[in-house]
Amino acid sequence: MKKKGTKKKKSKPEIFIELKDVKKYYHMGDSIVRAVDGVNVNVRRGDFVAIMGPSGSGKSTAMNLIGSLDLATKGNIYLDKEEIHNFTESELAQIRGKKIGFIFQQFNLIPNLTALENVMLPMVFQKVDEYDRQDIAESLLEKVELGERMDHYPGQLSGGERQRVAIARALANDPEVILADEPTGNLDTKTGEIVLEFLDRLNDEGKTIIMITHDPKLALKHADTIFWLRDGKIQKVTNGNRKAK
Amino acid sequence: MKDHFFLAFKNLRRRGVRSWLTLIGIFIGIAAVVALITLGNGLRVAAISQFGIESTEIISIQAGGLNAYGPPGSFAVNKLTKDDVDAIQYLSGVEIAVGRQIKSGKLEYNDKVIFGYATSIPEGEKGDFVYEQAGLETEKGNLLDGGDYGKVLLGYNFFANKVGLDREVDVGKIVKIQDENFKVVGITKKKGSFLLDNIVFMAEKDIEDLFETNGYVDIIAAKVKDKDLMDKTKEDIEDLLRKRRDVKKGEEDFEVSTPEATLATVNSILLGIQIFVILIALISIAVGSIGIINTMTTSVLERSKEIGIMKAIGAKNSDIFLQFFFEAGLLGLIGGVIGILIGMGLGILGTNIINDYLGATVAPQINFALVGLSLLGSFLIGSIAGVIPALRAANQNPVEVLRD
Repeated sequence: MKKKGTKKKKSKPEIFIELKDVKKYYHMGDSIVRAVDGVNVNVRRGDFVAIMGPSGSGKSTAMNLIGSLDLATKGNIYLDKEEIHNFTESELAQIRGKKIGFIFQQFNLIPNLTALENVMLPMVFQKVDEYDRQDIAESLLEKVELGERMDHYPGQLSGGERQRVAIARALANDPEVILADEPTGNLDTKTGEIVLEFLDRLNDEGKTIIMITHDPKLALKHADTIFWLRDGKIQKVTNGNRKAK
Repeated sequence: MKDHFFLAFKNLRRRGVRSWLTLIGIFIGIAAVVALITLGNGLRVAAISQFGIESTEIISIQAGGLNAYGPPGSFAVNKLTKDDVDAIQYLSGVEIAVGRQIKSGKLEYNDKVIFGYATSIPEGEKGDFVYEQAGLETEKGNLLDGGDYGKVLLGYNFFANKVGLDREVDVGKIVKIQDENFKVVGITKKKGSFLLDNIVFMAEKDIEDLFETNGYVDIIAAKVKDKDLMDKTKEDIEDLLRKRRDVKKGEEDFEVSTPEATLATVNSILLGIQIFVILIALISIAVGSIGIINTMTTSVLERSKEIGIMKAIGAKNSDIFLQFFFEAGLLGLIGGVIGILIGMGLGILGTNIINDYLGATVAPQINFALVGLSLLGSFLIGSIAGVIPALRAANQNPVEVLRD
């Protein structure tokens, strides 16, 4: 079932995340900031999507909306065909934990938990059995080639290693989508490339990847589809070079 | 639940000194209560035994107030007399009345001089009454008969060498009291009372001669015929003495006290101490709770990003709440554990000091129900203090805290 995405090129896979004319406004004193202003995005299962834009373009807001961390002011967001507005905060947390794996620019590991415990954490919130948790976390860390460093704390790991722990953590509940917010923003080019190779590999295995980035080169190189965002609106949608590889 | 506990525990381990300092209030509070209770009954037993309340049928009468320093009655201007004793003896409710001498003086043994108390043993059945009333038996040798002049019976501490002499005094030895020689005929069994274990018992006649009492007595002990007549007899004695000493009601220069009254005094003093200690405990626990609220609120702010991350990876509000709630509870619990250890230490130390000082043998009261209750209580205090910060943590908006 999970390998469904590998057949994506034959028939068009179903839409997994859909943003329909989504608007997100913030009040800043007397003025209204239109962070996202009427955006339509479709992400199909197995896609590698990049959301491209300079800072202030609304891409972080877009990512929060896509990741169901935030609710839209107007418009509809469907996650796996369900309108997220209909869920309570706790239900959303559960859905998020199950269906979406987050990777952040700042890695955002919990500093007082070991690499292994960090990877186990999302499973704690999904009430996965304790022994299964450990087995899964160990195999995920081996997958990101950190089998030797499971008992290290984030502070004892390099940036690249931390981001790989974050990838393993994002995979903990075997989510449909990996949502990566500037995953290489805090890494040098070489380590960034290693991290992106992992994302490529995950996409090959059928995971849907959504990457937020300001770097057009990265977007072009790795994504199938690129949404170009500026001033809260999508200017254009282009194809990346990934499929061409 | 277990996982939340684990996470809370993990978080505690990286806390700084600041957080632990806020626990001082909790552990002072718990320590005060635990020390009080560990020591408490020891204190009561010690106090009661020091007051020499052995029999419940004895009324004691002394001149002056209880406030005078030194042995009872010694500083009274208008002392009680042997005639008073006889008069009381003739009251209908009184079975026996005995005049007692309690004198302070010097004792010399093996070239070492100490100061202490001596008391009188009357002749005949009155002497037996004194022994019976105090529950005295001998460890070695014999009890002193009121007619045995030139001899003494010594309290246990003379034999145990705890009265300040160079060596223990045994039966058959000679001690010098007020420069006169007396032969030791016996040693009393340990009573655990400072008063009785350190005292010298002398024949009534000897003490009267040695201290030139001139027909005065320091204290009168009267046994009532019937316990139910205690209050009535007390009033009779008061009436009698008012008449004999020519004082008005309300202006008495003497005191007639029943064991109940003495017990009540002891109890009210102890109650006062308990209320005071518990008040301190409550205040410090309140301060400690505020400390926990404060440190938890700070750490919610410091860890808001972490909370955001956890929410992003699927933590429900209740997950966050429980984690902080348990963390606060564990903080309280740690305060409680430290408090119990300190409190028990103080209680045991205090009991040992009482025992050493008074020669008593009171055991510290280690109450495991109390320990369990204190642990539970300190966890609850902590977690209740943690409710508001934990709610605050749980309601953090993940988007806002993840922004930077």
